[in-house]
Amino acid sequence: MLWEVVLLFLIVIAGTSGELCMSRAMKTIGEVKDFRPMSLLRVIARAMQVGWMWIGFLLMIVAFLALLGALSIENVSFVVPVTAISYAAGALGGKIFLGERVSSQRWAGVALVCIGVTLVIIGRN
Amino acid sequence: MKASSSLRSKTYLLILSMVTFGPLGNTLLGKGMKQIGTISIRALPDLVHMVSKVFTSGTIWLGMISLLMFFISYMLVLSWADYSYVQPASAFAYGIVALWGRFLLHETITPTRWLGVLVIGAGVFVVGYTHPRTTEHD
Repeated sequence: MLWEVVLLFLIVIAGTSGELCMSRAMKTIGEVKDFRPMSLLRVIARAMQVGWMWIGFLLMIVAFLALLGALSIENVSFVVPVTAISYAAGALGGKIFLGERVSSQRWAGVALVCIGVTLVIIGRN
Repeated sequence: MKASSSLRSKTYLLILSMVTFGPLGNTLLGKGMKQIGTISIRALPDLVHMVSKVFTSGTIWLGMISLLMFFISYMLVLSWADYSYVQPASAFAYGIVALWGRFLLHETITPTRWLGVLVIGAGVFVVGYTHPRTTEHD
């Protein structure tokens, strides 16, 4: 039980932190307007020079390994829906670390996700 | 008119690819990890042994390829379609992963868990229909 909680926590926190770091790195680079292959390669090369991108990449690897660990002990129909709680972590992280304004409609969606995750946990076999 | 219709078909095809390969990847990873068994790591050799078992499993490789297909489809579709249009599609993924779990892996899913999955899908759908940009840009 303790391992399950630790692994689910790692999936959500490392996964969301990884996405936030990557998002921060992409915001440093600026909006991508040119989608031609060579331009995209240049964007990737620039992204690789931003430290946040590497931190994000490492955190995503940690989240993936935690997902593998969680799937070894729990059903996929439990693990994947529970990780939707990352929408709440993402909204909070976006507000606190990236200064994003989170609309009341988005908070309502996050609240629904939290209710759904609670139901999934209550509905364990 | 023809270009618009082609763009719409391309978008639907890639969203279909996303909602197929994302849940399928997770289901295959689940199946592969169940075949390997519970992870028990007490010393470094255990970790090496476990990593070698994970990365020599064909099912896990298929799962990783499926997730890679999902990621490529997601990135491609975002290059022309709005994030707020594409993101709600991920709401379906929670229902599909539960269906795969039930019918491919024969998992038992209680009615409360089905309800939870539906509410999560509704929540993700609502989040997806909010404005994708909330900070000021030049």
